[in-house]
Amino acid sequence: MTENGDVTPLVQLENVNKHFGALHVLKDINLTVSRGEVLVVIGPSGGGKSTLCRAINRLETIDGGTITFDGEVLPEEGKALARLRSDVGMVFQSFNLFAHKTIRENVTLGPLKVRRVAKRSADERAMELLERVGIAAQADKYPAQLSGGQQQRVAIARALAMDPKMILFDEPTSALDPEMVQEVLDVMVGLARDGMTMMVVTHEMGFARRAANRVVFMAEGQIVEENTPDEFFTNAQTDRARDFLSKILTH
Amino acid sequence: MDELIKYAPALAEGFLENVKLSLVAGVVSLLLGTILVSMRVSPTPVLRAAGTVYVNVVRNTPLTLVLAFSALGLSDTLGLVFSDVPRTNSFWIVALGLAVYTSAFVCEALRAGINTVPLGQAEAARAIGLTFFQSLTLIILPQAFRAVVAPLGSVMIAMIKNTTVATAGGFLADAAAVMKETFDTTGASIPIFLGIVVAFMALTLPIGYYTGWLARRLAVVR
Repeated sequence: MTENGDVTPLVQLENVNKHFGALHVLKDINLTVSRGEVLVVIGPSGGGKSTLCRAINRLETIDGGTITFDGEVLPEEGKALARLRSDVGMVFQSFNLFAHKTIRENVTLGPLKVRRVAKRSADERAMELLERVGIAAQADKYPAQLSGGQQQRVAIARALAMDPKMILFDEPTSALDPEMVQEVLDVMVGLARDGMTMMVVTHEMGFARRAANRVVFMAEGQIVEENTPDEFFTNAQTDRARDFLSKILTH
Repeated sequence: MDELIKYAPALAEGFLENVKLSLVAGVVSLLLGTILVSMRVSPTPVLRAAGTVYVNVVRNTPLTLVLAFSALGLSDTLGLVFSDVPRTNSFWIVALGLAVYTSAFVCEALRAGINTVPLGQAEAARAIGLTFFQSLTLIILPQAFRAVVAPLGSVMIAMIKNTTVATAGGFLADAAAVMKETFDTTGASIPIFLGIVVAFMALTLPIGYYTGWLARRLAVVR
C-alpha cells in the first residue's frame, strides 16, 4: 500500500468549482490522489461527495478549476475523453449493469469494444475476474437474476476488466441489503491490498479503518478535513466533523 | 359474392402491391427512424435540431400531401426518377414517401423507448470508455427497441393500412385503387369491400399478436 516510485499524483484537482443552478456543490476543491492510494470520502448527504467522485471521469462537468489525471488535463469530450474513462473504473451506487447483457458480456464488453481484445482472451479474463469476486457460477445469467451484492461484485469485475489505473466507488454499498454489504467490502479490501488506486465515497467506517490511507471529510461542498483514518475517527479536528461522527458512530 | 370471385384475381394482384409497398416502407422506415432518433438524442445541437424539425414537419403533414409532394415535387419537378416505367417509378416514389412519413413515427416510438432506459445505463457505458455512438448502438438502442416492440407493431400496422392511399402518389395499382375502379364499373359491392378488409386483417392481426408476444419475450428485466 505504500506509494511506488512514481511521485506525480495520479489525480490532481485544483480550485475545482461546480454549481447546480444556484447550488454551489463544489467550492474551490484542491485534492490529490497518489498512485496506489486508497482515499475514502465521507460526509453528510448533499455535501458534494458523489459530485466530486463523478467529476474525476467527467460524468459531471465542472465550472472552474482543473482536474488532471495521470499528468493530463481531463479532455472535454470525444475520443480523448472516452480513452480517459477507459482508464478510470467506476462503480455506481445502483450497480448499472447492462440489463440486456449476461454477466459475462457485461465484463467483456469494454475489453472487446474499447480495448479491441480478442474474444477468447476477453472471455478468459472475464472468468478469472468473476472467479475473483466469487460470481463465476453465474456468468450466463442476467443482472436482474442476481442479488444486489452479487451485482455490485460483477460491477467491480467489469471495472477491473479494463485494467484501470484507478477505480472510483460512488457509494458502492448504499443500495445494498445489510447482509450483502460485507461481501462487497471484502472484495474492495482485497483490491486495496493489491495496490489499486481507489477513491471511495462511502459511509462504511469499518472499511475506512481497514483499508484507507486517508480520509477526506466533505460538507457543504468543501473539504473540511483530511487525515489518516485513525486520527480522523479518534481525534477529528473540526466541529463539523466531530458533529457528523457523533451522529453516525453512536448507533 | 359473384363479383368478388370475378374480380378476385385483379384485387389479389392489387393487394400484392400493398404487401410489397409495406415491405419496402417497413424496412426503410425502421432504418430511417433509427437514424432520426440517433440524431434526436445526439450531443450535437445541429443534428438534434435537424431531427426535431424533420419529425415535427413530417409527422404533422397529412400522408396524402406527403405522397402528392413525393410524386409532383420530388419526382416531376426535382427529377427524382427510379425507373422509366411510370408504374414502377410511382411504386418507388410512394414507397419512399410512405417510409419518410412512417419513419417520423418510428423515431418517436423509439425515443419513448430510450426514455425507459435508466440514465445509469448510459453512464456505465460511458464510464467504461464507450463512445457516444457505441453507447447508443450497444447499450441504449437495444434496450429501447425491446421496450417498444409493441408500439412499433402498431406503427407498422398503421403503415400497412396507409398503403391504400398510394393513389395520392400516383400509384394506381394497389387493392384500394382496383376496388375503386371495380366499383366505378360494377357499382359498390359489399363482398368485395369485406374481402379486402379480411385480406388486410390477415396481414395486420398476426403482426399485432406477434409483436405483443415478442414484447413479452424480449422485455428487459430490471
